[in-house]
Amino acid sequence: MIVTSALIIWKGLMYVTGSESPVVVVLSGSMEPGFKRGDILFLHMSKDPIRTGEIVVFNVDGREIPIVHRVIKVHERQDTREIDILTKGDNNFGDDRLLYAHGQLWLQQHHIMGRAVGFLPYVGWVTIIMTEKPIIKYLLIGALGLLVITSKE
Amino acid sequence: MHSFGYRANAVVTFAVTILAVMCAMASLSDNFNSPSPTADVKVLNVNWFQKQPNGNDEVSLTLNITADLSSLFTWNTKQVFVFVAAEYETPQNALNQVSLWDGIIQSKEHAVFWIHTTNKYRFTDQGNNLRGKDYNLTLHWHIMPKTGKMFADKIVMTGYSLPEEYR
Repeated sequence: MIVTSALIIWKGLMYVTGSESPVVVVLSGSMEPGFKRGDILFLHMSKDPIRTGEIVVFNVDGREIPIVHRVIKVHERQDTREIDILTKGDNNFGDDRLLYAHGQLWLQQHHIMGRAVGFLPYVGWVTIIMTEKPIIKYLLIGALGLLVITSKE
Repeated sequence: MHSFGYRANAVVTFAVTILAVMCAMASLSDNFNSPSPTADVKVLNVNWFQKQPNGNDEVSLTLNITADLSSLFTWNTKQVFVFVAAEYETPQNALNQVSLWDGIIQSKEHAVFWIHTTNKYRFTDQGNNLRGKDYNLTLHWHIMPKTGKMFADKIVMTGYSLPEEYR
């Protein structure tokens, strides 16, 4: 029942937001005090151009985990409308050029996975705990299984 | 039928539902706030203005920023992120947005402020188009809620221009 409704909500969000992973869990403190570790963000992937101040989720070549940071510079080309973006974590001292691939100065549109539009605190701790302490995940699954087996209708 | 498991499940489901509804209502209530912030930015000095070895223009400014953002705060506001960006057009780029200064306001008491500062981030062009360039300074804010939807808006201030010569 719980699993089914979670799946329905997930697929529904995918449809509404047009983003492949509509929710991300904040893993680091680089956006504190706005976003803390364990908070979740709802993403939206629209056709609107990226502008400064927006919080975007981006992938850098050679890094597996996407990063959630704020856009501080935008340069949009006259002819092609291509954009160059520079990002920075609110809590970081310098901009993100050190995090980008070696020699990369700007992010382009194809690096961007989505922009953050909504916020929910603490909920992401569930997935953080599940990934970092797999034993708890197995205990939980075991307990649920036991409940299913032993419960009488 | 009325086992411990069933009751626990019902209580947890009910609690989570109530919590979700309250979060949604808190976020929706932000829509009733119609803020009226004010801002003014003065460029007090052009500290230096030059072409970097790589060919890009860079300028250093001293800014005086005055703003009253207290009307942005509601009971669901965790913080307001505020920044000033220079915005201009060049033959190469339809839009350039360069953040010059930013700050985080965590309470209504600190939302009325003035600050005297040089640009915190480098004001660098893509190319050398800054001599005599007219530009806008825009004060943007991004409201980060305790829960729910984030809001953003801006005040555009026009009529700024850079010197004709490097200095």
